[in-house]
Formats: sequence, C-alpha cells, structure tokens
Amino acid sequence: MAVTALAAAEGKRPSARLRRLEDERWLAFALLTPTAVLLGLFIAYPFVEGVLLSLSSARVGDPGHFVGLKNFHKIWNDSIFHTTVWNTFWYTGVTTVFKLALGLWLALLLNRHFRGKAIIRAFILLPFIIPTVLSTFAWKWMFDPTFSVINGTLFQLGLITTRINWLGDPDLAMTSIIIINIWRGVPFFAITLLAGLQTISPELHEAAAIDGARPWARFWHVTWPLLMPVTLVVVLFSVIQTFADFQLVYVMTGGGPANATHLFATYAYQLGIGTGLLAEGAAISLAMFPFLFIIVVVQLLYIRRVETR
Amino acid sequence: MAEVSIRKLNKMFDVTHVVKDVDLEIRDKEFVVLVGPSGCGKTTTLRMVAGLEAITSGQILIDDAVVNEVPPMDRDIAMVFQNYALYPHMSVAGNMAFGLKMRKFAKPEIESRIKRAAGILGIENLLERKPRQLSGGQRQRVALGRAIVRDPKVFLFDEPLSNLDAKLRVQMRVELKKLHERLGTTAIYVTHDQVEAMTLGDRVVVMKDGWVQQVGEPLELYNTPANRFVAGFIGSPAMNFIEATLGESNGAVVAEAPGLRLTLPGALAARARAKAGRAITLGIRPEDVHIATDSDAPDLCFDATVEVVEQLGSEILLDTRVGPATVVASVEPTMRTRSNDRLRLSLKPERLHLFDAETEAAI
Amino acid sequence: MIEGALWRRWFFYNIPLILFVFVLLFPFYWMIITTFRPDGELYRPWNAVNYMPFWTNNPTLEHIFYLFEETNFMRWMFNTMFIALASTVISLFCGVLAGYALARLNFPYAGGLGTAIFITYLVPQTLLFIPLAEIIRNFQLGDTPWALILTYPTFLIPFCTWLMMGYFKAIPKELEECARIDGASRWKAMVYIVIPVAVPGILSSGIIAFTLSWNEFIYALVFLSSPDQKTVPVGVTSELIRGDVFFWGPLMAGALLGSIPVAIVYSFFVEHYVSGLTGSVKG
Repeated sequence: MAVTALAAAEGKRPSARLRRLEDERWLAFALLTPTAVLLGLFIAYPFVEGVLLSLSSARVGDPGHFVGLKNFHKIWNDSIFHTTVWNTFWYTGVTTVFKLALGLWLALLLNRHFRGKAIIRAFILLPFIIPTVLSTFAWKWMFDPTFSVINGTLFQLGLITTRINWLGDPDLAMTSIIIINIWRGVPFFAITLLAGLQTISPELHEAAAIDGARPWARFWHVTWPLLMPVTLVVVLFSVIQTFADFQLVYVMTGGGPANATHLFATYAYQLGIGTGLLAEGAAISLAMFPFLFIIVVVQLLYIRRVETR
Repeated sequence: MAEVSIRKLNKMFDVTHVVKDVDLEIRDKEFVVLVGPSGCGKTTTLRMVAGLEAITSGQILIDDAVVNEVPPMDRDIAMVFQNYALYPHMSVAGNMAFGLKMRKFAKPEIESRIKRAAGILGIENLLERKPRQLSGGQRQRVALGRAIVRDPKVFLFDEPLSNLDAKLRVQMRVELKKLHERLGTTAIYVTHDQVEAMTLGDRVVVMKDGWVQQVGEPLELYNTPANRFVAGFIGSPAMNFIEATLGESNGAVVAEAPGLRLTLPGALAARARAKAGRAITLGIRPEDVHIATDSDAPDLCFDATVEVVEQLGSEILLDTRVGPATVVASVEPTMRTRSNDRLRLSLKPERLHLFDAETEAAI
Repeated sequence: MIEGALWRRWFFYNIPLILFVFVLLFPFYWMIITTFRPDGELYRPWNAVNYMPFWTNNPTLEHIFYLFEETNFMRWMFNTMFIALASTVISLFCGVLAGYALARLNFPYAGGLGTAIFITYLVPQTLLFIPLAEIIRNFQLGDTPWALILTYPTFLIPFCTWLMMGYFKAIPKELEECARIDGASRWKAMVYIVIPVAVPGILSSGIIAFTLSWNEFIYALVFLSSPDQKTVPVGVTSELIRGDVFFWGPLMAGALLGSIPVAIVYSFFVEHYVSGLTGSVKG
C-alpha cells in the first residue's frame, strides 16, 4: 500500500519511474564519493605505488630504476626474512590460540548474573582501549633486566635466584611479546564472545541440563557449536591485526635480540625507514599480502560453510 | 511408579514472594494442571520441580526421595518448553537422541526409542531436518518426542501450546490427551488457558498471586468453586457476578440488589442465614440464566434490558443490564431479540453461587 | 539452576574472575605507582634487599614536572586530540553516508562496493606505510597533522561503514516510506528521519573511531618528525629515551597521562563502545 501511495505521490510526471531510479543512483553516487575518494587516494594508490616501489631500486633520496623482481629474489634468500616469516606465523598462531581460550573462559565467567558485572566489564576492556604503545611501555618496565617487578616478586617468593632475561634471551623475548599480545587481546575476545553467548537462549542450556548434560557437556554440545559463527569472525579480525602487528614489537625489542622477534612490519620498518632501503622495505611489506590474502580467504570460506550448515 | 509431593513450597526472588506455601500430592500416572493468570507462580513452581530454580523453603519429593538439592539431570524428568528449546544446530533425530547420548545409552537402543517416539507423533519423515526448517506444530512435536524417548518418571510441560495458532492448539490438546492415555506417565502441566486445564487435567490446581486457590477435578471446580476467583476463572463465558445484600424476610433469606430481589432456595438459604445483613456477591453462569417461563418461581425472576446480542451460531449470548450490573445470558440460537428489548430472565436455583463480598470465599 | 555448594561457586567462578581482573589491570596500577615514586626507589635492582615495588611512602610529582618541562607533552596531547577528533568526524561523515547507501539503496555494483570496502580493511597500515610516506611527502603534507587526519580514515571508514550498515538495516523501512509519503525527498528522509534514529550507532562508531585514532602508531611515527608535531605515543617513545637510557619515571608519567583522555571518553560511552564492538562482529 505504501508503495502505491509513494508512486501516486511521485507519479505526476510520466517519467516518474525513471526519475526515481536515477534519483537513487545519483544519491548513492553522491553518498559514496567521499569514501571512494579517501580510500582510493590513500589505500589503492599507495598500494599500486608500493608494488611499483618494490619493483624498483629506490632508496631515500634516490628514486632508482625498474629492477623487476630483484628485491623479492633478495629477500627470498635472506635468512633474516626467513626468521621473520617464521616469527610472524608463530606469534600469530600461539597468541590467537591463547586469546581464544582465555577470552572464551573469561566470557563464560562473565555470562552470569552478579553484582558489579557492568563495572567489571567496563574495566576489563582497558587493555584494549589504552593506546598499545603506552601500555607496552608499562610491560617493558615490568620486564626490565635490572628492575623487573616480575623477577623481584619471583625472587621474593624464592622461586628464582638468577634473573630471567625476558628481553635479552631470544626465546624468552618471543615469549614476552606473546604474553603482552595475549594480555591485550583477551578483552576483545572476551567481550565479543560474551555478546555471542548472550544470544544463546538460556532455555537451551536448561533443556540440555534436563537431558542429562553436565556443565562441560553442555558447553561442548550446545554452547560451542552455537558460538562458532561469532568465534570465527573474531578470530579473523584478530589474525589480521596480529599478523600485521608493529607497535608492540617496536617498543619492546625493536625486532631483536638477534632478529628473534622481527615481524614483517618491524623488519620492513628497519630496512625501509631505518636503513633507507625503501624498495626492499616495500617488498617485505608487500610480502605480507599473499599470506594475509590466503588466511582471510580460507577463513571466509570456512565461515560461509559454518553459517549454511 | 512416580509420585510427586510438593510440601509447603515457597520461593522468594530477592524480596518478592512468588510462591507461597504450595502443598500438592500428585499420584502416579496423574495428569495435574497448574492454571492461573500471569505471575501467579505456576511456572516458578514447575521450574522448582524441574530443578531449574532453587527452593527457598519447603520440600519437593519424587517417589519419596527429597530432591531439593538434586540437579535437574539427576531427577529423571523431561520437560517441554513454551519455546520448544530445540537445539538449532542438530537435526530432529539429533535433538531426540541427545538426552539418551548424555546418559550413555547404546546406539541401537537410542535408534529404536527414536523410531518408536517418532511413530507415535507422526514425525518419522522429519528426522533429518533441522529445527529452522520446521513449522511451529512440527517443532512442538519434536519437543514432545525429545521428552518421550527419555521415558522419564515425570513429564513437565511449560505452556507448550501457547505459541501455536488457535486451530493447531485445539488439535494438539486432543493429541496430548491421547498421548497421556497411551503412555501413562505422571505429568505436571502449566497453562494460563482454563480450557486446556479443564480438558487435559485429571486434577486442576488454580493459582493466584502465589497461593493455591483450589485443587480438584475439573467438574468439581466448575460446579463448586471455593472462591470468587476460581468461579470467575473457570468456565467460558465467565460467570456473572452481581453485588447484593443478604436480608431476611418472612422467614426466607433474600438477596437484594438494584433491580433484583431473589429468594434463596432451601439448602443455600440454610448456609446463608448466618450471614444475613452482610454484603455478598451473587454468581450465576450464563448457561444457567434463561428466559423466564410460567413454570419459573417468581422469587427467582428479574427484569433485564438487552444491550448487545452476540450471535455465535450454536447459541446467542445476551449482554443485559440489571440495574447497574451486567448479566450475560446464554439462550437458544433461534431466539429473536434486539438491543433495548426488555426481557424477564430466570435462573436455576441449584446453580446459584454465593460469595462473601469481603473474603470472596464461597458460602 | 542448582549449582551446588558455595565452595564450588568460589572455586570455579569467583576466584578465576578475580585473577583475570587482577592480571588485566595490574600494568595500569604499575603505571600509576611508578609515576609517583621517586627515582631513588625506582632504580633499585630486583634482588636488592629493600626492593619494595608495590607502594611508596614518598610520593613525588617530579616525573610529571619533568614531562611538562623537558618535553612538549602538552603539545603532543593537543595534537593527538585534534587529529583524533578530526579523523573521527571525517570517518563518521563518510561512514554514515556510505553505510546508508549500501544498506538502503539499490544500485549496480552495490555488493561489489561493499566487498571492496571490506577488502580495504585487509590492507593493514604496515603494508602501506612506506609508499604512503612518499605520497605524503609529495603532497607536501609531511610533518603536519593533515598527514594523519587524511590517512587515519582509511582504516576508520571501513569499520564505521560496516557498523552503520548493520544499524541502518535494523531500522524498519516503513519509517522512511512514511516520511516520503508525507512529502520528504529521499535525501530529506535520510537526514531527518533515519539518521536521528541511528544515533546510538553513530555514537558507537564515533567512540571506537576515537580510540582507534589514539592507538595508531606507525603512520604517526613515519610521517611526523619535529617534536612539536608528534602525537603522544610517538612523542613518548622518541623523546623520553636518550640512546640506551630510559627515563622510566617520566615515561610512565607520559604513559599514564596519555592514557587518561581516552579512558575518560571511554568511560562515558562504555555501553556504546561494547555494542559497537559486538555489533561489528555479529554483522
């Protein structure tokens, strides 16, 4: 009824239908132009420039010339690059698993009624809200070789006698940045998974309980399958962010010791901005893209499969 | 054998007293219906029997064992929810098998039970579908099937028919009754619909504001309601209520209201004599009010003005006015009347109810 | 539901929850306490006898004074705030309009455009920063806040668009149709009817965009060079470290004071932030 009334209101001119279509298209064009301009100018254009840059021999102050795939060949044989790739995958994989597990646990704990729930929920997001660089400095101070409060506490509890070289030892350094990344990411997982949990009707849990399922069985058979769509989307977001991470590593270790914590982003920064080898830096950055693309496509396909199951 | 005993059951939510001193003994194989308006405590009572709500005070026993602290999974009960609560990610068969899988039944046993229940409910061809592909009525049956395969001691129903359309509801009512006759499992059924209560229950428990108003067989509640609330709640169309005063006149007990003067018949008069002078409420069901004929005693007749004529096909409901009160009469469908007609009505003396205006209890 | 004995509730629920909250909030306590401890107490080795890191009996403001006197901290705060607000406004503007177009209007390539916007989300800043640095220099925007105000929307707009799409889709079509029958044009219906109803969504997008702007680092690091142009994260990183020497007191003071504006704004809009975050994941 509304549609015919609408048509009647606009149908005074014979080309009313055409006008409306044009109206919508014109409006859509107008509404999308600012976005298109900004994204085109500062994402599409740089992306293309980045590709061109990686195919050149540019340095700071020297635009260089076209060299084809020489830079990629170079990083392919670069052992530091190999370490970087491995580091990034390891870092992304381990942190994601822990963020999911701990975030889910926290979400389950929060999915009950208790006093002060809203306040706790608000406070819990702080690690995610506060600028990463600033909170990472707090962690760096906590891990400092001479003054670490963690070492201090463990020492006072009698658990260690010599220092734990959090940032000086290659393996421990990776562990340290993993811990901080998990610390920062758990709230994001917890809050979004909590929202997902709240869409599951409590009646389903009650029915499962009456059917004989104890708490763990209820989680495994009812909660987890129904939470899967939200979980996958959260994991997708998190993986993209973590894979491309820069701030955390830059502040904590700068990529060391001995390149043990270099990720794509920090290595690209070191080469491109640090030593001025712009072309090679661009190549490293671009090397992220195929990996990211595959990860995202795989996850999207999986999401689609789960949603239509 | 499955007897359920509810003894002095109370439930408080923070400071709200929701269930008050409920006492009920349910026999083996009995189908008991808890009925009442929203907020009367019937669902909370059911959930306490299920173990989904903690008990504030009182006891619940299933087969002589106190189950107050026993979690739902160990009570050997099955429940059908108002919104069906089917697991959306499992097929119909999966939904029905879940409870048995949790209790570690063997696969062949599970399959045979599912087959049997599906046969009884006529859902054999739906076993591989997901809940979202089913209609409301089909989901309802699956929820029933999930309860049946468990073969529990007690069935619990939480307003299972409320979400169905009217026609389906009537159909399912009949099926539920047949199901109970076939399976014979003890059942507790909660509804706000008094028609469901009357047709399904072996005994009906009427609740209001957390209190049990009356417990009895359906006909008992219909014929001898214990108070005004039960009288007005049971039966459709609802009972007529007229505010009146009791008096004595020439040895007879008389009820007087504006436009109305009735002499109470023998048995009723004897009970009412003690309350002479008090304010009371007269109650008479529409089906017991008829057009006065010469054979009716004049003490039981009164004049009324027709306001609305409701043609139902099987009967006519006349909304009439007697003084300030409204009296609905159910008359033959062949009667010809119009609004503003004046009629003389009479009632069946043995069907007259009296309620104390203050306590609302039946006299 | 019957949960069992009280001890179970404490063991399984309350204690783990308390541990989580403690671990998640301890670093902030650490920031606060370090800011107010004098250098003498700060620089005690962890295995020293009088190592007592969790409290101080001689609170001091010397680090905060150092921060304000020896660095352009206030300037950094101003810069960051200005850049964050400007980027947020731009992103909201673009995001609301684009979200409406994609959610409500029928036009060719609508699906494709939506996907394209989503794909830009997959191109992280760390992929583009090197070529973008050149482009910024070529546009003469280097070392100005505009370098950031124009580039931050690249990662803010996709998010805002997505979020607003979800909110717009949830508004019943009848609302608009009613307005248009009443004589409003498509544009007017959008501005006077639909957008006001979507205000919660706009607030959510806004607060998230605001916090994301404050959190951005690599573009700010690469595009800005002079101390009085820097944002708080970059300034704190570059100006409070001389070679290998970290000025921990002022550093923590900078971290603490730098976190406060975001925390305050967040505290006013917690519900919106949470619903925006969760809405983006469900959509």
